[in-house]
Amino acid sequence: MPTNSLSRRKFLQLSSLSGTALCLGYYFPLSADAAQILNASAEAAETEIELNAWISINTSGKVTIFSHRAEMGQGAFQAIPQIVAEELAVVLKEVNILFAPGDNRKYGSQITGGSSTVRSSYKNLLKLGATAREMLTEAASTKWGVSKTDCYAEAGHIIHRPTGRKFHYGELVVEASKLKVPENITLKPRSAYQLIGKPLKRQDTPLKTNGAAIFGLDKRIPGMLYASVERNPRLRGKVKSFDDTAARKVPGVKDVFLVKMKVFNTDREGIAVVANSTWAAFQGRKALKVEWDDSGFEHVNSEDIFRQHKEILETREGISFRKTGDPDPILKQGGQKIDALYQTPYQAHACMEPLNCIAHYQGDKLEIWGPIQGPDWVQDYLSEEMGLKRENVIVNMTFLGGGFGRKAFMDYPYEATLISKQIGGPVQVVWTREDDLNQGPFRPGVSYRCEGMVANGEISAFKVRMAGQNIDHFSDDKRGEANSSATEGFLESYFAHLKNVSFADVPFETPIPIMWWRSVYASTNGFAFESFLDELALAAGKDPLEFRRVHLQEERLQQLINKLEAVSGWKSRKKNEGYGTAITECFGSYAGYVVKVSRNAENKVQIDQVWAVMDCGWYVNPDTIRAQVEGSVIMALGAATIHEVTFKDGLAEANNFYTYHMPRITDAPLVEIHVMENEADAGGVGEPGLPPFAPALTNAIFDLTGKRIRNLPFDLTSV
Amino acid sequence: MITLSVNKKTYQLDVDPNMPLLWAIRDVIGLTGTKYGCGAAQCGACMVHLNGEAVFSCVTPVSRAVGQQVITIEGLSAGNDHPLQLAWQELDVPQCGYCHSGQLMSAAVLLRENPNPTDEDIDQAMAGNICRCGTYSRIRKAIHHAAELQKNGK
Ligand code: FES
Ligand code: FES
Repeated sequence: MPTNSLSRRKFLQLSSLSGTALCLGYYFPLSADAAQILNASAEAAETEIELNAWISINTSGKVTIFSHRAEMGQGAFQAIPQIVAEELAVVLKEVNILFAPGDNRKYGSQITGGSSTVRSSYKNLLKLGATAREMLTEAASTKWGVSKTDCYAEAGHIIHRPTGRKFHYGELVVEASKLKVPENITLKPRSAYQLIGKPLKRQDTPLKTNGAAIFGLDKRIPGMLYASVERNPRLRGKVKSFDDTAARKVPGVKDVFLVKMKVFNTDREGIAVVANSTWAAFQGRKALKVEWDDSGFEHVNSEDIFRQHKEILETREGISFRKTGDPDPILKQGGQKIDALYQTPYQAHACMEPLNCIAHYQGDKLEIWGPIQGPDWVQDYLSEEMGLKRENVIVNMTFLGGGFGRKAFMDYPYEATLISKQIGGPVQVVWTREDDLNQGPFRPGVSYRCEGMVANGEISAFKVRMAGQNIDHFSDDKRGEANSSATEGFLESYFAHLKNVSFADVPFETPIPIMWWRSVYASTNGFAFESFLDELALAAGKDPLEFRRVHLQEERLQQLINKLEAVSGWKSRKKNEGYGTAITECFGSYAGYVVKVSRNAENKVQIDQVWAVMDCGWYVNPDTIRAQVEGSVIMALGAATIHEVTFKDGLAEANNFYTYHMPRITDAPLVEIHVMENEADAGGVGEPGLPPFAPALTNAIFDLTGKRIRNLPFDLTSV
Repeated sequence: MITLSVNKKTYQLDVDPNMPLLWAIRDVIGLTGTKYGCGAAQCGACMVHLNGEAVFSCVTPVSRAVGQQVITIEGLSAGNDHPLQLAWQELDVPQCGYCHSGQLMSAAVLLRENPNPTDEDIDQAMAGNICRCGTYSRIRKAIHHAAELQKNGK
């Protein structure tokens, strides 16, 4: 079957690339500004750089492309080769794809976050493909003794136009690899693309329909044991004492010991149970008797957190983040004023694949295998923590069963490393679903106080204060500074139009570990801002879409609004139908939604249809965009109407899917997706579809019922 | 010793009879297509066929499978060409793909029992399988497509 050409065996065979080949890759010198393309055989030897190529073509013409970013469902594994193959002029199906190990000197940043894979690398990738093609063309023209301009590349061959003679790439790589890397490469115009912009099939799909795809949890290393860790269920608590007598008697259990590590600048302590199967490790954990030491830690409760948010938002101005004009004097005048509090909950990432990681510590060397969003980060971090040379920390990638931000954090590879060091052999550390849901880090819960005034059908003052934990603090203590994401999600175009607008952050701390969650603060900001915009539109007596059209003058947004209006039938809506809209910006892309709701036979609110318009600028694969929007709708729906992480007495109450419910197929609404075509630069795809869904839904519910929803999550069935 | 038949092959396993079938398949036999998602019959990532019925292998003790036919995703077809697999490939259903071994095993029972499922039939049969990436609308479409393929003898 042709679609199944990418078998597991082929991946393995390729792991030893040898023989003569043309290997091209970028080199990212740490200090220099511009990344440079290098030819492995010719130049890397001179500069003594070991070059791990992005493209490699061997003498049989086989093309291998290294994917330097994680594949966690978002389609990087498809997008990167699709870009390179376009300029390289090869058939995508005949290209082998390998995950590049962690090394940011070779691949540049590898962190899969901020929806950055395509937008941060596509120009380099295009150039790389084109450079290889040019070198092969030059090699062919020299071999034939003809002019280069009479030669062209197509489907893995260089063809001599006048005579129709052809060489396949494999016949040219020896000569090509001796050439100097040309400069001033001309790239194809978008109109000439044959692959980019087409809904080509994902290369990883066949591997994911027969169980062949290797996720972190599926990786096996000779001699590997399994481990699971009983961590203090109170966030950041310690171990006072433990009794492992019963645990050690569980058949298959090999060792039990305390693991201590720094996480988020505090200690995390737990008891590791090492065994010959995952289940034996889980059973061993159940048999442990542990006394925890929670002294010195605040035992947080959700109710207190959100009450405190409200209090500080009522009494403090906070740290100003961005201000144009001054909304305060206007808000003190009489008129159409709204003062609203929006609250959004803590959330878990709940990746389908629970966290896991294999580590093999060997004294002066460490090897890691796992579902990892930032292999280069893990390499840097572990070499520092373990006192190892950077190049002796090898971080191998697997497929990720979801990531959403959680798998960009280094705690689980670090923990696996400590356990491997202790037992002196390779080990796979497996988190249970319960660990995954109650240990965090979580998306922070955030509250927003929004005040606004309308005059003459427009916004005359707009003031937002947010209170919620600040993710910035965990990489670098930035106390005293406003949350740098205070306006994330809010369209820049509003700033161009609004005269008196201010955003401030009222600092708020708890010991709850927090982390990026798909679309980060846009996922909560977007709900508050776009709901509040709706409130202001209605106060001004305006149609919400029309109101946005007036306030968002940028051409791309005008086009997006026109599209939303046309596809959703916004103007021809009927009685007993609620329509709501929201538009947000996230990682360089614009996303707009219209949601239509009605009451069903049992008088319950139901979502009839969702229309999404995505403007990602330059894009690679429209089907990937659709898939990401479909997924974003479900994830946003879950966070808005189904689940939240609550805390009681310092414990996260989410435990497994019977307490942290997930959207299921029965919840999935009908979604129609439109992708805008324009000349704008590439924006993100994986995350921007998430933020506008919740406000579009609650705005629609207001339209239908007159009920304004300001707290998430809410129960759709009881509106 | 426990004797198991998995994908028509016989295995002798020296394991605790209470070990869930999931871990026997993954850690002892070494077939990793069947996934762990919750260990609590909540998500369906671990779905396998036991004598043709879809079961959560994470809560099925390995002893219950003795003398029965276990089929995992690796055994759904020999060439990755079950109508459902072809439909999944045609519509590019998976995103991260982690849930889809289980999704396919649930869908296979549905399609065998009901060659012409409606959207409601699909929703009902597939409600035990969580997909965090949210591929549900494609799952629906792909099951309809697979029903067509099955009818046409593909
Ligand atoms: S792992 Fe068995 S249902 Fe989730
Ligand atoms: S595709 Fe990722 S969980 Fe279903």
